[in-house]
Amino acid sequence: MIKLKFEVIPLILFFILSVFFAKSLWLDPHLLPSSKLGKTLPSFELKTLEGGVFNSSILYGQFSLLNVFASWCDSCIEEQSFLLQLAHQGILIYGLNYKDSQKDAVRWLNEFGNPYKMIALDRKGKVAIELGVYGTPETFLIDKKGIIQYRHVGVLDESIWLKEFKPIVDRLS
Amino acid sequence: MNKKSRLFYFLLISLLCSISYGTKLYPLTDKRQEAQFSHLLKELRCLVCQNQDLSDSHAPLAQDLRQQIYHFVLSGKSDSEIIQYMTERYGDFILFNPPMKGLTLFLWLGPFLFLIFGFYIFWLTSLKRKYVS
Repeated sequence: MIKLKFEVIPLILFFILSVFFAKSLWLDPHLLPSSKLGKTLPSFELKTLEGGVFNSSILYGQFSLLNVFASWCDSCIEEQSFLLQLAHQGILIYGLNYKDSQKDAVRWLNEFGNPYKMIALDRKGKVAIELGVYGTPETFLIDKKGIIQYRHVGVLDESIWLKEFKPIVDRLS
Repeated sequence: MNKKSRLFYFLLISLLCSISYGTKLYPLTDKRQEAQFSHLLKELRCLVCQNQDLSDSHAPLAQDLRQQIYHFVLSGKSDSEIIQYMTERYGDFILFNPPMKGLTLFLWLGPFLFLIFGFYIFWLTSLKRKYVS
């Protein structure tokens, strides 16, 4: 009886490991849990693309998206058309131009479209560190009280919007 | 000086140059702060190239974080203050040494459990085996 039990152990271990390995196949190691979820947006003040002042309190009062982008970021191009579509639907999107030059940003926006209500220039990436940004593009969903409700790292497309953002937006408004 | 020794001294001097250049990027006069700075850079992970530490990485984000840590060290912040600042923003993932808590308990204790389990099997299979001569 005991002999049979021991023969089964490697098999059981094999199946347990297989489950873990199979799961890891579809895990993206670059998607990290955000430690900023449920916390208030850090307050900051930056210059806007037009030379004005972007104060983080602008984001309070209505839910909005804060999208971190840069002209050097290739995958940012991919999500731009979807962001334009969202802006067209009336969703408020603010841009955080990350470690970029103003000239390149303007040229990039002229080429690929500008869905942003307002764009803050984070030339040195200081605000990005406050937000815990580690890869562009990143999109934060911020509610009326300025609390970060969701954060997506990578290209935002329709399926992610419908699956992750929309339910929160619907619940909040 | 013959040709060979000239070459030797040239190489020696160029080696020293790179050392002084390295410390000039983040000059710290206090030896303790210097040790703290290099220790912290080894403790913290670069989030872009995930298996490199901050001292090792050339990613722009790693450079920014190095700069940030450098300023903290200069202003006399403690290790735990700086690590707290980083984990508040980037989560536990930035630490190479994950903290002991509910979620990571198995990570820390797992190896010991498996060791005990191994001894148990060893005991059952080898020690309890009767000699057949």
